[in-house]
Amino acid sequence: MDIQNKGQDKAKTKIWNDPAVRSVFFQVLAVGAVVAFFLYIINNALTNMEQRGITTGFAFLGDQAGFGILQSLIEYDETHSFGRTFFVGLLNTVLVAVLGIILATILGFFIGIGRLSHNWLISKLATTYIETFRNIPLLLQIFFWYFAVLQGLPSPRNSMSIGESVFFNIRGLYLPGPVYEDGFGAVAFAIVVAIGIIIGLVRFERKRQRETGKTFPLFLPSVGILCGLPLIVYFLAGSPMHWDYPVLTGFNFKGGLTIIPELIALLIALTVYTAAFIAEVVRSGIEAIPRGQSEAANALGLSNGQRLRLVIIPQAMRVIIPPMTNQYLNLTKNSSLATAIGYPDLVSVFMGTTLNQTGQAIEIIFMTMAVYLFLSLSTSALMNWYNSRIALVER
Amino acid sequence: MSNKFVPLPDLPPPSNTVGVVGWLRTNLFSSPVNSVLTIIAFYLIYSGISWFVSWGVINADVIGTSREDCTSGGACWVFISVRLPQFIYGFYPPDEVWRINLMFAIAIIGIVALMIDKTPKKGWIALFMLVIFPIIAYFLLYGGAFGLEVVETHKWGGLTLTLVIATVGIVVSLPIGVALALGRRSEMPIVKSISVVYIEFWRGVPLITVLFMASVMLPLFMSEGTETDKLVRAMIGVIMFQSAYMAEVVRGGLQAIPKGQYEAAHSLGLSYWKMMFFIILPQALKLMIPGIVNTFIALFKDTSLVLIIGLFDLLAIVQSALHDPKWLGFSVEGYIFVAFLFWVFCFGMSRYSQALERKLNTSHR
Repeated sequence: MDIQNKGQDKAKTKIWNDPAVRSVFFQVLAVGAVVAFFLYIINNALTNMEQRGITTGFAFLGDQAGFGILQSLIEYDETHSFGRTFFVGLLNTVLVAVLGIILATILGFFIGIGRLSHNWLISKLATTYIETFRNIPLLLQIFFWYFAVLQGLPSPRNSMSIGESVFFNIRGLYLPGPVYEDGFGAVAFAIVVAIGIIIGLVRFERKRQRETGKTFPLFLPSVGILCGLPLIVYFLAGSPMHWDYPVLTGFNFKGGLTIIPELIALLIALTVYTAAFIAEVVRSGIEAIPRGQSEAANALGLSNGQRLRLVIIPQAMRVIIPPMTNQYLNLTKNSSLATAIGYPDLVSVFMGTTLNQTGQAIEIIFMTMAVYLFLSLSTSALMNWYNSRIALVER
Repeated sequence: MSNKFVPLPDLPPPSNTVGVVGWLRTNLFSSPVNSVLTIIAFYLIYSGISWFVSWGVINADVIGTSREDCTSGGACWVFISVRLPQFIYGFYPPDEVWRINLMFAIAIIGIVALMIDKTPKKGWIALFMLVIFPIIAYFLLYGGAFGLEVVETHKWGGLTLTLVIATVGIVVSLPIGVALALGRRSEMPIVKSISVVYIEFWRGVPLITVLFMASVMLPLFMSEGTETDKLVRAMIGVIMFQSAYMAEVVRGGLQAIPKGQYEAAHSLGLSYWKMMFFIILPQALKLMIPGIVNTFIALFKDTSLVLIIGLFDLLAIVQSALHDPKWLGFSVEGYIFVAFLFWVFCFGMSRYSQALERKLNTSHR
């Protein structure tokens, strides 16, 4: 009977109703459409470029750039190549992203915890902060800090200062810069050794606790080793470092470290904006932990710090990590708005100036997009790996 | 000697746990740390509000026509009121502004009608808003038919342009997003991988690079002789970008539908499309509302980026007004005004979506 039915089915099913055939048909159709689309635009692009006399290829990367860049982490001047401008822009983007992520995480944690506070005023203040800053476009916030606040700062001559070593004016923030001398390597080595000793201590402590149940206070000794050891080596090596203070010469400050106002405005805006989102992530992560977990930890006699460190935070992290990753990626992508105020990030330097100078639209846009794509995809891959490692194993 | 037990009446609760004092004690001064925090927060709020009130209200100038009318030393709202038409309509010819107003009026009436529960024939109104209204709005804004003068898109600007880009972006990207989400969950490997590559690509790059690409590269991809409007190019960029985000929202909604719903639809003998349109998508759509509104809010804020490729949205108009030599130095007023407009729209939408969520919540928990 079964066999008979199958036979009937086969006879009845029209070929265009067979799921397998349909699936193949639709997929061929999809591939065909995509290929046709790309052939069409590539063909158009080639004809158009030939007509306008645009050469293709990446040869332009070796040409001399001939324009200056406001801030560069690596050595750069007009004589360097377009390829170098790419790296200058990339490093500036990475700088903003890393600093922004650190600052936004710190601020976001405080505000997220503030929103959960039992103190009515604090929690309302945190809520107001979140609802205000996440509902205002980031670009507007960048403009506000750059054009309305930083442009209102005093001129270099009347700059605000802290103890004649830190200056803040319309041209930026001037800090004393460290200058390393011979023998500073020993101090750096001491820091590495200190970290090594602390890791050893932590291992020893864990082992001892497992075997004997005794705990050993780790935090203060670790801080002591981390600060003390390099400090001793520093003085033994004869203080191989001094500070280079900014000095007002003519119309501007010379020496020291300079943080340009574009970077300051961008960092403030990115931090303030992203912190509002991170605060919500943190709040939802902490709220997701059932109250019973806190009560159970108390019942076991764990101290407040132990309860947070061993019970609450590890569980909250599971909830927090994925959306937090998204916020980090958003911040990195949002740093591209730098181009609006002229901070020399990848988009501004490469997709802006270099594109205008060379006219190599396709190659440059391709390279810029590839960088962001690589950053996004590799970060999310890393976070997925981390996430799967700490995910709850359910049976 | 009958000693009957008569309980004394209950004592009132201690005075420091009820009333204003009690509330203050539990909510503001429950511990020394909290007391310190309260005082700091109170100081911050007080100084912020008192600064704003004295700058923006007491010492502000509202009435006037030029910057000479700003004499009080506080905020100069005259700048906003003088420029208001430009902030809202951009460079649209003043004689034709009634067309924009008419379009807004129809839109507001339609949206309000849809938001009120008791409106009769809601389905028809929704259909009108989705199908006929865009056509009317196009002819009203652009003109070129029914004796309306053509207004080129480069004259559009201000809040109008912001709203046009955001609305077109969301309405067009929703169906594309649904298609992509279905593709991503499809069992056909090639269709699935095409959708995944599309979604991951657009989600991985910043909107600004997409806009650059749309404005610089799109003309290269068009066949010879086709001229595309700058606004259309920006919109194509926004739609491609937005549909990828929309696809992920839709995917989330689809994944939240229990497997039993799919199985039940299959067992009834429904085809794939019937199953999707009558069983899965209507349920998923309800779950997607918060996500869609979030995407819309993000898009609404992101429209401000079009100023980088030279379109004059609300922020760009204000930005350019600040560079007017007659009105130099009023950037704080300008930015506060735009921030307030954006904030009202975004906050309003998020509140509305929360209300809608509660209303549509049919689960019996």
